Amino acid sequence: MATDSQFALWEVFIQSKPGANYIHAGSVHSSDKKMALQNARDTYTRRGEGTSIWVVPSDAIVASNPDDNDMLFDPSNDKVYRHPTFYVMPGGAKAI
Amino acid sequence: MNQQQALYKYCVGLGDDALIQSYRLSEWCRNAPILEEDLALTNFALDMTGRAQVLLSYAGKVEGAGRTDDDLAYRRAERQFYNHLIMELPNGDFAFTMARLLFTATYEYYFFTELKNSADHDLAAVAAKTVKEVKYHMAHATDWVLRLGDGTEESHNRMQKAVNELWMYTHELFATDPDVAMLRDGNIAVDLAVVKSAWLQFISRTLTEATLAVPADGYQQTGGAAGIHTEHMGHILSEMQYLQRAYPDATW
Amino acid sequence: MELVEKTDQAQAELLKNFEEKINRGDAIEPKDKMPDAYRKHLIRQISQHAHSEVIGMQPEGNWITRAPSLRAKQILLAKIQDEGGHGLYLYSAAETLGISRDEMIQLLHSGKAKYSSIFNYPTLTWADIGAVGWLVDGAAIVNQVSLQRTSYGPYSRAMVRICKEESFHQRQGYEIMAKMMQGTKEQREMAQDAMNRLWWPSLMMFGPHDSESPRTSDAMKWRIKRHSNDELRQKFIDKTVQQAEVIGLTVPDKDLKWNEAKGHYDHGPIDWDEFYRVVNGNGPCNKQRMDHHIRVHNEGAWVREAAEAYRKKKENLN
Repeated sequence: MATDSQFALWEVFIQSKPGANYIHAGSVHSSDKKMALQNARDTYTRRGEGTSIWVVPSDAIVASNPDDNDMLFDPSNDKVYRHPTFYVMPGGAKAI
Repeated sequence: MNQQQALYKYCVGLGDDALIQSYRLSEWCRNAPILEEDLALTNFALDMTGRAQVLLSYAGKVEGAGRTDDDLAYRRAERQFYNHLIMELPNGDFAFTMARLLFTATYEYYFFTELKNSADHDLAAVAAKTVKEVKYHMAHATDWVLRLGDGTEESHNRMQKAVNELWMYTHELFATDPDVAMLRDGNIAVDLAVVKSAWLQFISRTLTEATLAVPADGYQQTGGAAGIHTEHMGHILSEMQYLQRAYPDATW
Repeated sequence: MELVEKTDQAQAELLKNFEEKINRGDAIEPKDKMPDAYRKHLIRQISQHAHSEVIGMQPEGNWITRAPSLRAKQILLAKIQDEGGHGLYLYSAAETLGISRDEMIQLLHSGKAKYSSIFNYPTLTWADIGAVGWLVDGAAIVNQVSLQRTSYGPYSRAMVRICKEESFHQRQGYEIMAKMMQGTKEQREMAQDAMNRLWWPSLMMFGPHDSESPRTSDAMKWRIKRHSNDELRQKFIDKTVQQAEVIGLTVPDKDLKWNEAKGHYDHGPIDWDEFYRVVNGNGPCNKQRMDHHIRVHNEGAWVREAAEAYRKKKENLN
């Protein structure tokens, strides 16, 4: 089998301003780490979109299986006590 | 040549370096070894076109004859261009282009670092912006020279050949044009001796790390400062200036 | 026998769940179960879209070194760079479906994958660069805006980013045309000539009429496509005719007229013989475009091999 001519796939995460979350922007193909960072820069920050970049080899990402969604995500739907609106505050109390 | 004429020539030379280099790099657009590299080289060409615009506009202002950046880019004849010859050489293969970019971006990095301290505030401002751009070009080129120099036997041979062929054009980067020598006195122009020693140190280290031999100095070709170019230059201009020359009354 | 029946049943179940999901308006994500036909349709459509962006760099790239001003050169370079980026985003979207970019490129080179036929027309004058931006990107964006709501998540996200970036492309093309129409007689003639040559191929970009488009029904049912070929084409014509009038260009269609009752322009017949001839390989630049792509790919092989060899050497050192 011929080897792949397009280098490995990397996922790119961009921080749009200092302090913000890193958000998935897309992918690039690159042979090594430095190339991945540079390719991410040249592909995904051409319009001032970023102040910081993460690149991660795509095969290092583990994704949940949609078949497990019931088990993974539904059980948290009824845990209302995790939200501040669940609690009854005495009238007149301030800044709580 | 008086001070004003010398400053004009100095600015035009810097502008032409950016303009002609961007011309060559832009030829890679749609021709790079991988799509991501297409985007990278286009970014560099855009940085350089922007720099050419600012420097040629300023040259026009210094000249005071009402010429714009476009007038200078598209309506001058070959003998009135003052870029270094290394900028105009055809791209060759990817190794040749990366070796050239390493040589020119490293030169520009040290050159514009010095020019940031110029007594001419316009030039100092251009330099401050340019240093950031060329630092990245230099990093990108360095990485590719390492990959190709220390990659396969074929890439090593191609890279060594490129370095050898380019070497005779590097001397010119550090040769002071007598026409503009007076600009050193006013602290406007850069001391090229400083640039040269930093350049040589970085290049020697990088080539060595890339398992490449640093060529011995031999014949060195110069001529850009006198407007004596290689034969390639005329072809660049005939293509670049085609519309402006064919339709002199038109605006675009 | 029983096994086959079970499989059929499972398939039917899968399809039912899938179509319910689509009808709820949920996006489909890479790891979700999807019918093979959906996956295949997406791979074909997204890779064709990606190839179009990348092959589209060639006709515009033809003018980079001849752009008539520094501003024009910057705009053109930035635009072509965007096309490359958009190709890259789209290849990535297709890659989430289990095909590699390498495989997609091989399918392009072997002629099994197509790209938009519009890029098989040459850019002969600077006005063509204006017309490509205004008409070709104008047509593309009508399609792409619609695809932002496509059912496959990665494709939709790529389209959102692409639409955001493309918004300047059509404007810059229209600006070139407008400037030339205000220029010398030669410039006006050049602009009209570009319009004459590129108008009809631009209309063909939307594909065959709905009645002749075999794959449209599945694509609409699964919300890969959100509007039909004819709907999108009509939308493009309606907005572009007005823009042509503003700058004094004539649309090269003697049958074109406003239909008050429909609220749309009626247009003359499209030459589908030409469309199918070019799609099937016999357009002015088909061979040139493909030869170029193959040559560049092959010429880059030693560079890519060297990068991989270098990485392996360095990995072994650690």
